[in-house]
Amino acid sequence: MALNWFKYSSPQTFYPLAGRLIPVFAVLAAVLGAVGLYIGFFVAPTDFQQGEAYRIIFIHVPAAWMSMFIYLVMAAWAALGLILNTRLSSMMATALAPTGAVMTFLALWTGSLWGKPMWGTWWAWDARMTSELILLFLYIGFMALQASIDDPRRADKAGAILALVGAVNVPIIYFSVKWWNTLHQGASISVGRSPSMASTMLLGMLVMALAYWMYSIAATLMRVRSIILERERNAQWVRDLAGAPA
Amino acid sequence: MWDAFVAVFARDVLQAWRRRADWLTSIFFFVIVVSLFPLGVGPEPALLRTMAPGVVWVAALLAAMLSLPRVFGSDFADGTLEQLVLTPHPLTVLVLAKMLAHWLLSGVPLALIAPVLGLQFGLEGGPVGVLFAALLLGTPCLSLIGGVGAALTLGVRGSGVLIALLVLPLYVPVLIFGAGAVEATVAGTGAAGHLSLLAAGLLIAIVLAPWAIAAALRIALE
Repeated sequence: MALNWFKYSSPQTFYPLAGRLIPVFAVLAAVLGAVGLYIGFFVAPTDFQQGEAYRIIFIHVPAAWMSMFIYLVMAAWAALGLILNTRLSSMMATALAPTGAVMTFLALWTGSLWGKPMWGTWWAWDARMTSELILLFLYIGFMALQASIDDPRRADKAGAILALVGAVNVPIIYFSVKWWNTLHQGASISVGRSPSMASTMLLGMLVMALAYWMYSIAATLMRVRSIILERERNAQWVRDLAGAPA
Repeated sequence: MWDAFVAVFARDVLQAWRRRADWLTSIFFFVIVVSLFPLGVGPEPALLRTMAPGVVWVAALLAAMLSLPRVFGSDFADGTLEQLVLTPHPLTVLVLAKMLAHWLLSGVPLALIAPVLGLQFGLEGGPVGVLFAALLLGTPCLSLIGGVGAALTLGVRGSGVLIALLVLPLYVPVLIFGAGAVEATVAGTGAAGHLSLLAAGLLIAIVLAPWAIAAALRIALE
């Protein structure tokens, strides 16, 4: 029997599947988060240069990873929606954007909290920070564009084009900011990778990254379920689900 | 196809020529914004000289952005855009003609005025020439990238502010290389690298932006 690849591409079949998957990912996120934070705060050794303050990287680095990764996933879903004209792909892109924006904001926020004791400043026009800030603007632009278009189909497609243009631009922005930064700034602050990282630190960070990953999936699935209900509110299966008379 | 390109281009230029006030406002906007900076930060020549490239470029970004809603706005309102989409010619070519007209009316005047403003800020001959060259290379990028934003926000609620939100982050590389070219000349390291990167960005924009704009227009007209 041929595998039906598109079985879950319909909102009607995906809705209950997402409902079953959410608890799995939510529990995984909670467990991995607890383990990761325990490793980060109690097991990992104190950094001889940065003291205890370095422990914020267990929150910060995974958030920064996710912020960039989610943008790519969002652009990929948006492209899929644009090419195959599948409703669910576009809904996934819409659902991913707020999570990505939160991750970006979290990365910026914790980065500045880390920067104050380390560099003595809340903000520096460092290449990574600046491009992260611009990434936040891109997320906000995507959400603002979708929010201001009433017709959901048009909002999906317009958002998809914007996400793709942004995805082409993200590397260009990153490298332009990097070159700009090396031109302008002296060696006052360098965010170079520390030469060696204790393996427990790395382990903690990877576990936290997995926890963020699980959280992002769970949050996105919850949001996509709401979007499905909102968009399909006139469909019979949603009416049945809500127990409304046909 | 070439005839259609010329026809669309000539039509846009003619229309703009008949309503000169429309695009002259964004050029005066550019001049006024640049002139406000010395009043805000003080008249020390050394400070102004270091600020000049950035100030001129940021003002150029804002002026280019302000003129964007007009590119497709009136054509969208009176149905011309629909006719353009229905023609047998590729929409990307027609879009490119419109963007070329937009650049001629908004970008070229900025580049022509900028040297005067540069002199006001105390820049010398060499950097002023580079400023002119960088603006000539950079403003078509601004028109093309901005065209995507203009097409996406056609007929959308609050499109004026939205366009700023969409387009300004995408302008960052142009700003960096454009202002960087002038700064590099002032610092004596030569602007060739920056200008080459601007030109490379322009080529990428010419190849990719018309497709994105055409797709966005089709979505807006659905």
